[in-house]
Amino acid sequence: MATLATLLRGRLSRRNLLAAGAATVGGASLGIAGAAGSSAGGRPGTAGMELDICTTTSGVAPAQDHMEMHGDQMTVGAVDDAANGFDPTAILTDWDTGTLEILPDGTRQRTFTVTAEDKEIEIAPGVFFPAWTYNGRVPGPSLRAMEGEKLRIVFQNYGSHPHSMHFHGIHSARMDGVPGAGMIGPGDEFVYEFEAKPFGCHLYHCHALPLKRHIHKGMYGLFVVDPDPARHPEHEAVARSRLFGTPENAEWQELVMVMNAFDTNFDNENEFYAANTIAHCYMKNPIDIVRSRPVRIYLVNVVEFDPINSFHLHANFFDYYNQGTTLTPTLKTVDLIVQCQAERGILEFSFKDHEPGHYMFHAHQSEFTELGWVGLFNVTDAVS
Amino acid sequence: MSETTAPDTSSAHRPAALLWAALPLIAFAAAIWWLYAANPLSSFYGVAPPVEGITFERTVLDSQGIRVLVRAGGSEPMTIAQVQVDDGYWHFVQEPAGPIARGDTAWIAVPYPWVLGEAHIVKLVTSTGATFEHEIAVAVPTPQPDGSRLWSQAILGAFVGIVPVVVGLMFYPALRGLGRGGLNLLLALTVGLLAFLLVDTLEDALELAGESAALFQGPAMVIFAAFGAFLLLLAVSRRRGAPTGLALAGYIALGIGLHNLGEGLAIGAAFATGAAGLGTFLVLGFTLHNVTEGIGIAAPILKERPPLWAFAALAQLAGGPAVVGIWIGSLAFAPHWSSLALSVGAGAILQVIVEVTAMLKRREGWTGLMSPAIVGGFAAGVIVMYATAMLVKI
Repeated sequence: MATLATLLRGRLSRRNLLAAGAATVGGASLGIAGAAGSSAGGRPGTAGMELDICTTTSGVAPAQDHMEMHGDQMTVGAVDDAANGFDPTAILTDWDTGTLEILPDGTRQRTFTVTAEDKEIEIAPGVFFPAWTYNGRVPGPSLRAMEGEKLRIVFQNYGSHPHSMHFHGIHSARMDGVPGAGMIGPGDEFVYEFEAKPFGCHLYHCHALPLKRHIHKGMYGLFVVDPDPARHPEHEAVARSRLFGTPENAEWQELVMVMNAFDTNFDNENEFYAANTIAHCYMKNPIDIVRSRPVRIYLVNVVEFDPINSFHLHANFFDYYNQGTTLTPTLKTVDLIVQCQAERGILEFSFKDHEPGHYMFHAHQSEFTELGWVGLFNVTDAVS
Repeated sequence: MSETTAPDTSSAHRPAALLWAALPLIAFAAAIWWLYAANPLSSFYGVAPPVEGITFERTVLDSQGIRVLVRAGGSEPMTIAQVQVDDGYWHFVQEPAGPIARGDTAWIAVPYPWVLGEAHIVKLVTSTGATFEHEIAVAVPTPQPDGSRLWSQAILGAFVGIVPVVVGLMFYPALRGLGRGGLNLLLALTVGLLAFLLVDTLEDALELAGESAALFQGPAMVIFAAFGAFLLLLAVSRRRGAPTGLALAGYIALGIGLHNLGEGLAIGAAFATGAAGLGTFLVLGFTLHNVTEGIGIAAPILKERPPLWAFAALAQLAGGPAVVGIWIGSLAFAPHWSSLALSVGAGAILQVIVEVTAMLKRREGWTGLMSPAIVGGFAAGVIVMYATAMLVKI
């Protein structure tokens, strides 16, 4: 008898299901009909999700019959943005332009202040993560400057570990934010000084060791250098549209998306994926887009542990500027791009010929999608 | 005079004794009060998150999706924040809702479209970000209690529990002709097969104990439940001297029956979690494997003439619990209850090992116990069980 139970367990662990047709006492005794399981099978999760998701976001009660409810694939509840101190919808358009001074010699000097601090943040409803942050938020502030400006970043470490700001850009070795060059202990301050170049969509992150831990704990942010139209006469209109503060730029709907993930149980595998930290936040609160105005996304991938991440736009195609260092697209008319860690770029597209509605975007690694990195554009004729 | 003073002192002594008994309790209460009031251990608490533990006790798959019964074992009440199935987050409903206190259970229902015959992983994410994983190795609908299913489970139970015992008992007339040496050999064989069952039962009890929540202290529970059952049965059976004959056969049947109950639970649970195919050949193999149990029950009554109903009762006592076990196991399985049943079975088996050995000792003396026939019979019992088990092990 004991052997029977042990045997059954052993067979189960190998997933070794015998042919259902076998004339067996056990099988017959249980009378397991295939029908129940088959009806439970249904459509694959992601396909169903697209169809049903709108009903879910508009607040359908918990499933009674889940076979119709693949949109139930979602985290439960809502994150307390106020307690976190940052709101993922606000992060989309929240640029830190620092303070600008014109020096006597005419140089434009831009100063940013960034602090490092330990902070527990709610990264998904009810799940708290002991993060290390820049300015108390993850991702850190989205710094934005213009090509050629003299940048000063005053960095203060209020955290419990040594930290730095390592900028992807062109600068001297002394300003690199690695051990021995701009890495500071708790309570210290350092000022990074360099010229904003090259123009493009860049990032900064902590380069303290162990690097993996410092990055995935939350120490990263976007660093955008806009092109100076005066330096690019051949593409002046494009450069002006990219330059923050110009009327041409104001026509664009610009969005910050930092693709990140969290390993909440510290097993070097991520439990939650998102753009801008909060899993599923743009599913629950779709991003409003006015369909007549073009969209530009500054996208960066900082996901740790997984080799790549991706961005896929539904029902539309976009032009892509890899690393944003060119004024003509490096990829034209694509609906999917792939980025390794620290890779980034600018996406430009428009919904002007689309009908209003919810248009999905997500990583096209289904695993990342199902673990939170998925969202919706709410395309309307005008923002209500 | 001493006669008059003695009761006085004793009556005067009684309140004093009560006071002395109260003193340690008061001291303990004071210590607890101080611990809470002064909080001298605060430096140990620190900023580390609380220790968390989750045990998955039951899994139900039906047309509404997946439900799991979990038992919390954390140092503080735990909050299940999110639920993944197969690396994707899903809506879920917890019943009862809210943090789960240490030792409490809750049902987690996920409307997940599971796939027949495939594997699924349920992963719970707590508020601290810790994860607890449960594998559904083969997804099949959880059996619902209905007449035809209970009946076919009863048939399975009968084949692996009752049939072999009946077949073994049917050797009774043939064995009655055995001489003294032959009977000794048969009794020794019984001890051998019981020894095999004891090891097998303890092994299963400990394995199930390992799957149960930490607060049940699995291994300690198994050992002490087995020892408690052993002592209880020994005391009950020895009220009027050592049991012999039909009484001893009854205790052997009880031990085997308890063992079969625990095994029935495990088999039922295995079916509930998805064993769809169990070949006829294998079932017959188990039947063969268990025939020896019937012979063992028959051994003590070879020199008596019990009525026919006694045989029926012995067969029911030894084999019937397998049926009950499969029923319970497939409908309401919990690893700690199954482990406990197996532990009690182990204790019962140990009791009959002691009694049959005592019977052999009374017949042959201590030196006779070491005779080649008896030692050989014991070895044969173990070997027969081991070899027939080998036939059906895959």
